[in-house]
Amino acid sequence: MKPAPFSFHRPSSISQCLELLQALADGDAKVLAGGQSLIPMMNFRMAQPEALIDLSGIADLEGIRLQDDNLIIGAMSRHNAIKADELVAIHAPLISLAYDHVAHFTIRNRGTLGGNLCHSDPASEMPAVMRVLGAQMEIASADGRRLVSADQFFFGPFATAVEPEELLVAIRIPVSPRGRRYSFHEVSLRKGDFAMSAIAAAVDLDVEGRVMRARIGLCGVSDIALRAENAEEGLVGEYLNLAAATAAADAAVTSIEFNDTAAISASYRRDLTRALIIRALLGCTEERL
Amino acid sequence: MTNEKQETTAITLTVNGETMSGVVEPRMLLSDFIRQDLQLTGTHVGCEHGVCGACTILIDGVSVRSCLTFAVQAEGCRIETVEGLLERDGKLSPLQQAFSDHHALQCGFCTPGLLMTATELLRTRPGASRDDIRDAISGNLCRCTGYQTIIDAISDMGTRLLAEEKSA
Repeated sequence: MKPAPFSFHRPSSISQCLELLQALADGDAKVLAGGQSLIPMMNFRMAQPEALIDLSGIADLEGIRLQDDNLIIGAMSRHNAIKADELVAIHAPLISLAYDHVAHFTIRNRGTLGGNLCHSDPASEMPAVMRVLGAQMEIASADGRRLVSADQFFFGPFATAVEPEELLVAIRIPVSPRGRRYSFHEVSLRKGDFAMSAIAAAVDLDVEGRVMRARIGLCGVSDIALRAENAEEGLVGEYLNLAAATAAADAAVTSIEFNDTAAISASYRRDLTRALIIRALLGCTEERL
Repeated sequence: MTNEKQETTAITLTVNGETMSGVVEPRMLLSDFIRQDLQLTGTHVGCEHGVCGACTILIDGVSVRSCLTFAVQAEGCRIETVEGLLERDGKLSPLQQAFSDHHALQCGFCTPGLLMTATELLRTRPGASRDDIRDAISGNLCRCTGYQTIIDAISDMGTRLLAEEKSA
């Protein structure tokens, strides 16, 4: 298993990279981030790019910082760096919760958030997390930069809003408002494997304990990271108890076309997802310090 | 596929403390460079798509799948492979000895990768609990041992490192 030949480029700045992307736009050029999904695909020759642009030499793509009311995560930030980051734990705790389920330690040493999002694997946790958090993707091209919301970013398996001449440079996450509650629940065959189903939830409760706003993200269930918008709307004004969580879960699973695979049938995945949504919503009611 | 000769790049890197260099096609995986060009065959190649962990090495002190890294990307890096664990006199390192003592290997194919993963863990968290160890090695597949003896070996090594730290 060896990759097909390709030309290798290692720009040292974002502008150099964008020039390269433009120059190579006619051919089949691929951007190499952490390589933990792309290189396996190249080893299998499922992917045979003619040119590879390695981003690891661009310092401006790394780092995590707070700017105004946004947490800015450089696209090349490695999963383990984000998982261990204090700013992330404080301002986007859902990311830290979800990272307990993402891949294995060694893969997280190398894999990047930007690469993961651009790969848009339907079973990957972070696209669903980004949708729940209302993240904005900062995309650069030679013409300038644009922001795309996470809800508009993922087109399908391995397809996103990033055009061939563009580069995802950073992920902007609105800092978590005080009191917002989060929960993440996943079932996979083995720890670190891709999700059979996983639920990311964020809930704001009023002083009475009624839901003011809810976000429910799903991954591993369909061919794209989803949000259960009907269930989110149905929860508003309700007390977050077993009955409300069950009603939301029932509403969510009726509108989803579940993946049917040899190992995991659609009906099992539906039952699993229903149970996980209930668990995730009730998880949001637990007190967290 | 064209038969054109591929462009090659010269790379220089440090492997187990020694400066080494080579000339590689961009598509050469770091695992193949280590095994074929450097003739360091202690690093094993299992699945070649990042699932089994047999090819795990350390780059700049951090564990990495060498089959999911191109050799050109290792330019200027500090690499550690299982060969680097041996003591100067050729004796097994304490961690390797612990693997032997606890019967933490049978066929031994996964062992180089597990040793490198454990090396990284023990450097940063010698006090890791059995659950932490289980989590840390979850990316390394072993089809012989059932893992318990591997956890015994790493846990024993961690306990000894902590004791050394205390007495130092």
